[in-house]
Amino acid sequence: MSTGAMICLIPLLPLFGFVLISLTGKRLVKGFAALIACASVLVAFAFAVALFVKLLKGSGPLTATMFQWISAGNFSASISFLVDPLSSLMLLVITGVGFLIHVYSIGYMHDDEAFNRFMSYLNLFVFFMLLLVMGSNYLVMFVGWEGVGLCSYLLIGFWFKNQDYNDAANKAFIMNRIGDLGLLVGMILIFITFGSLNYADVLPKAEAIGTPVLTLITILLFIGAMGKSAQIPLYTWLPDAMAGPTPVSALIHAATMVTAGVYMVARNNILYTLSPIAMQLVLVIGLATALFAATIALAQNDIKKVLAYSTVSQLGLMFVALGVGAYASGIFHMVTHAFFKALLFLGAGSVIHAMHHEQDIRKMGGLRKYIPLTYFTFLVGVLAIAGIPPFAGFFSKDEILANAFRQNPVAWGIAVLASLLTAFYMFRLLFLTFFGKTRASEDTIHHIHESPKSMTIPLIFLAILSLGGGFMGVPELLGGGNWISGFLSPVFARSTELHVEHHLSHTTEFALMGIIVVFTLVMIGLAYRRYVAKAHVPAAEGAPLTPAHKTIYNKYYVDEIYDAVIVKPLYWISKLFDIVIERSGIDRLVNLIGDSLNDWSGIFRRIQNGHLGYYIFVMVLGVILIVAFSYTR
Amino acid sequence: MLTALLIFLPMIFSLLVLGLKPTLAKFLAFFGSLAVLLISLIIVFKFDKTQGNQFTVDWTWIASLGINFSVGIDGISMLLVLLTTVLMPGIILSTMNDDSKPSSYYSLMLLMQSALIGVFVARDGFLFYLFWEVALIPVYFLCLVWGGENRGRITLKFFIYTLTGSLFMLVALIYLYFHTPSHTFAIDALYDAGRSLDATQQAFVFVGLFLAFAIKMPVFPFHTWQPDTYTVAPVQGTMLLSGIMLKMGIYGVIRWLIPVVPLAVKEWGMVAIVLSVIGVVYGSCIAIVQKDFKRLIAYSSIAHVGLISAGLLTLSVVGMQGAMIQMLSHGVIVFGLFYIVEIVSARVKTRELSQMGGIRNVAPLLTTTFAVIMLGSVALPLTSGFVGEFLLINSLVQYKLWMGAVAGLTIILGAVYMLKTFQKSMSGETNAVTSTLSDLNYHERLVLYPVVVLVILIGVYPAPLLDISEVAVRNLLSLYPDLSASLK
Repeated sequence: MSTGAMICLIPLLPLFGFVLISLTGKRLVKGFAALIACASVLVAFAFAVALFVKLLKGSGPLTATMFQWISAGNFSASISFLVDPLSSLMLLVITGVGFLIHVYSIGYMHDDEAFNRFMSYLNLFVFFMLLLVMGSNYLVMFVGWEGVGLCSYLLIGFWFKNQDYNDAANKAFIMNRIGDLGLLVGMILIFITFGSLNYADVLPKAEAIGTPVLTLITILLFIGAMGKSAQIPLYTWLPDAMAGPTPVSALIHAATMVTAGVYMVARNNILYTLSPIAMQLVLVIGLATALFAATIALAQNDIKKVLAYSTVSQLGLMFVALGVGAYASGIFHMVTHAFFKALLFLGAGSVIHAMHHEQDIRKMGGLRKYIPLTYFTFLVGVLAIAGIPPFAGFFSKDEILANAFRQNPVAWGIAVLASLLTAFYMFRLLFLTFFGKTRASEDTIHHIHESPKSMTIPLIFLAILSLGGGFMGVPELLGGGNWISGFLSPVFARSTELHVEHHLSHTTEFALMGIIVVFTLVMIGLAYRRYVAKAHVPAAEGAPLTPAHKTIYNKYYVDEIYDAVIVKPLYWISKLFDIVIERSGIDRLVNLIGDSLNDWSGIFRRIQNGHLGYYIFVMVLGVILIVAFSYTR
Repeated sequence: MLTALLIFLPMIFSLLVLGLKPTLAKFLAFFGSLAVLLISLIIVFKFDKTQGNQFTVDWTWIASLGINFSVGIDGISMLLVLLTTVLMPGIILSTMNDDSKPSSYYSLMLLMQSALIGVFVARDGFLFYLFWEVALIPVYFLCLVWGGENRGRITLKFFIYTLTGSLFMLVALIYLYFHTPSHTFAIDALYDAGRSLDATQQAFVFVGLFLAFAIKMPVFPFHTWQPDTYTVAPVQGTMLLSGIMLKMGIYGVIRWLIPVVPLAVKEWGMVAIVLSVIGVVYGSCIAIVQKDFKRLIAYSSIAHVGLISAGLLTLSVVGMQGAMIQMLSHGVIVFGLFYIVEIVSARVKTRELSQMGGIRNVAPLLTTTFAVIMLGSVALPLTSGFVGEFLLINSLVQYKLWMGAVAGLTIILGAVYMLKTFQKSMSGETNAVTSTLSDLNYHERLVLYPVVVLVILIGVYPAPLLDISEVAVRNLLSLYPDLSASLK
C-alpha cells in the first residue's frame, strides 16, 4: 500500500466504523458493532506503527493530500495530512490507547441499551482526534478541534435522560467554543500575516514577522488551548464532564482530547519561542492551574472528580514545560500521562463497575481484597503519577521540573508544590478506596466482583506502559539517551537553537531529583498516617467544615462566581434586548411611524379635492421637477 | 430560452393547479416544481464557470420607456436559482401531512417561485422591481389566509413595511433611469449611470436601495416585522420567507447596490457593516431568551443574516464567496429547522419549549435529523454552516480585527441557544404529551433526509458551488481595485 493511502486511511477507518454502526443502528448485534469499532481503530494503529517505523528509518515528514476543501479568492485550504515525529507519536497514543479503551468499553458498556451508539461515538471521536493531529494545515486541525468537542458533548450527555448530564455537556461545548473563537481568530490572523494556513508555509517564515503580531497570534491560539485543555479560566467544564461514561473520561477527558492544546502549542513552538510575552503567559497559566487544581483535588470525595482535577493539574504541568521552552518534555509528559491517567480512569471505572455505580470514596475502603487485579494496576497508576522511580511519570515530570528550575526557580517551586500535593491526594484516593475497613453496605460487599477480561486486559497493558513508558525518555543524567527528545528534535529544532539554555551541573540536578523523591515519599507517608494508620474518613455530606476546607471542597466557588458574573448577566442583557429595546423600543417606534403615516394620509386625501385646475398645476410642477432633476449633475 | 422557461413554467403550473382537488393540486404542484428543478439542473450542467452572464434572453417589452424583458444567469444568479429550485419541491412536499389546504395554496407557492427566480435573473431594473413586488403578493396572501393568531395585523405590518422599502428602491431606480443617456432600464446602463453620479448623489441612491434590501433581509434595526411574521405564517410561508425570500435582499445588495454606487458603498458600507454586526449579537441574545421554538429560530435567522450582510459589505472575494455559500447553507438549514418546529409543534400541540422534552426517547430519527441540522446551524466544521461562516468571519477579521471578533461571538451564542433548544425539546425524560409522540413518517423523511445530506455534502465538499460563483464575484469586485489590492 502506498504511504499516501495509508496516511489517509488512518483517520478514514474509524470514520467508516462510525458510519457503518450509526447507519445500521440497533439492527446490528452488539458483538458486531464492537468488532467493527475495535477493528477499525486497531488497523489504524497498525498503519500508525508502520508509518512510525518509516520515520525511525530516517524518512522525512510524510504527507498526503485528499482534496481541495475551501477556496475563495486568495484563500484556499485542502484536506491534507502530515505525519512527522510529533504527529506520529500522537497517532500511536490515540490509536493505541484508544484501542485499549474501545476494548474496555465492550465490558463496561455491555448492558447499556445504547451500546452501539456508544461505540459509534467513540469511533467518531477517534476520527476527529486523528484529523486534529494529522492535519497539515490549521484548518484541518480546527476541524478536528471542533469535532472532538462535538464528540465530547455527545458522550458527556450520553445518558440524555438526566438533565444534569445534559447541562454538563452543554457547558463543555459552550466553554470550548469560547476558546475556539480565540483559535479561529488567531488562525485567520495567521492567514492574513502569512498568506497561507499550511504549517509548511507558516512556521519556517515566522522569524520574518514582527513580535507584536506573533504575540497577538500566539495568545489567541492559547485561548483555544485554555478551552480544550481545561486551563484557568476555562477549566470548569472538565470536572463536570465526568458525567459521561468512564471510558469516555479515560479516552477523551484524560488521554487524548484535553491534550490537544499541548499538541497545538508544541506544533506552533517557533511562534511561541519568538514571543516571550506569550511564553510567560503560558507558563503563568500552567503554574496557576497546576497548583489550583491540585488543591481542589485534596478535598474531593468522588473518585472521578479527584482524577478530573488531577488531570487539570497535570495539564497545567505540561503547559509549564511548554512555557519554559521545554517542548519535548511537555510532549513526553503528555504521552506518559496518557498511559497512567487512562489506567487510573479505567481502574476507577472497574471500581465503579464492581461497586454498582458507587463513586463516593467515603463508601469504599478495603477493596484490594475483592478486586486485586484492579487494585494492583491502580497502584501502578498512582505510583506513576506520583513520580516514584522508575514509573513513567517520574521521568517525564522530573524533566519538566529540571527545565523549570533552569528557567526560573520560583516556577520550579510552585510546580514542585503541585506535584507533592498530587502525590498526597492520589495516595489519599488509593488508601480510601482500597485500604482499611470496607465502608460499603453488606449487600454491596456481597456483590463486589472483579471485572471481566475485556476490562482487565486493557488495565494490564496500560499498567505495563505506565511502568515502562518512562524509559523512552531516560535523561543523560541517569545514563539514558533520552530517545524521545531526540526523536522529536526535528520538530523543535529552530526553537532549540533560539532558546537560551541555562546549564545546570549534574550535582544540582541530582540534588533536585533527590529532594523531590524524598519529599514525595514524605507526602505518601503523611497520607498513610492519616488515612490508613488513623483510618480517617472525610466528613460526610453536610457535616460542618473549617472555612478553608469548605472553600476548597466547594472548588473555590468558581462555578458560582461564573454564574453570577457571566451567565446571569448574559441572560439579563438578552432580556433587556428583548423587552426594552426590541418591544418597547424599536418596534414601538416603527408602529408610531406607521400610525403617523396614517394621519398624514388624511392630509393627502384632502389634496385630491377634485379641482381640475389644481391637478394640472401639480402635474406641471411634477414635470418641471423631473426635468430639473435629470439635468442636475 | 431556458431562463425564461424557469420563470414561466412555475407560473403555468400555478395556473394549472387552480381549482383542482387539494390532493391533485398538491401532486401537480410537486411535479411542476420537480420539472423546474430539472431545468435548473440542466442549466447548472451546461453552465460555463469561466464566463459571466449566460443563458440570456432579451425581448423588447415597452420600447418607449426603455424597458426590456432581459434575463440572464451568471454564477451569483445560478446559485440562488439553484437554491430556489431545490427548496421548492421540499416546501411543497412538506405540506403532505396536511389535506386542509385548497389548490390556491399551491398556486400561490408556485407563483412565488416564479417571481423569486425572476428577481434572481432579471437584467433590467424595471423587471427586477416588478418581480420584487410580485414576490410579495403570494406570500402576503399565504400568511393572511392561512396564518395563525393576529395574522391580520401582523401581515399588514409586514406588507406595509416591505412595500415602503420597495418604494424607496423604486424612486432610486427611476432616478438612475433618468441619468441614463438613452433612458433605459438595462442593467449596464443603470450601472454606468450610477457610477457617473457624484458622491452625494450616490449616497442618496445608496440610502434608497439599501433601505429596501435591509428591510427584506432584515438588517437591524429594520427587522421588527420579521419575528412576528415568521411566527404567525403557515410553515410553508415561513420557509419561503426565510429560506428564499430574504436572499432577495442580500442578492439585491450584490447585484443592485454594490456595482451601482461604488463611491457610496465605500463611504457608507461601514455603517451597514456595523448595523449588521450589531444584528448578529442582538439577534443571538434575543434568541437565547425565547420560549417559543419558532420565534427562537426566527431570531437566530436575524443573527445569521447579519453575518452574511456584514461579510458581504467588506467587498472582498472571501467575504462575498462566504456570503454566497452561506446563503445556500442558511436556506437549507432554516428550511429544515422550521420543518422540524412544525413537526414537533403539530404533535405536541404547542410551540412552547417548556412543554416539550424527552422526544429523543421516542423519536430517534427526528432527534438525529434535528441534531445534524442544528450542528449545521452552529457551524460545526464539515457541515455546510461552517464553510460560509468561516469565510465571512475571515473577511471581517481582514476588514477590522475587532469587528471579526465581535461577529465571531455568533459561534458561542449560537451554541448557547441551539444546544439549549435541543436539550429542552429532545433530551430528558418524556412527559405526558411527548411520551406517545410518533417518529418521522415517510413523507417527513423524504423531505428531511435530503436536507441532512445537503448539510453534510456542502460542508465536506463545497468546492463545486464555490467555483460556480467565483468568476462572477471577481468580475463584480474588479470595480473596487484599490480594495482588493489592499487585501493582498
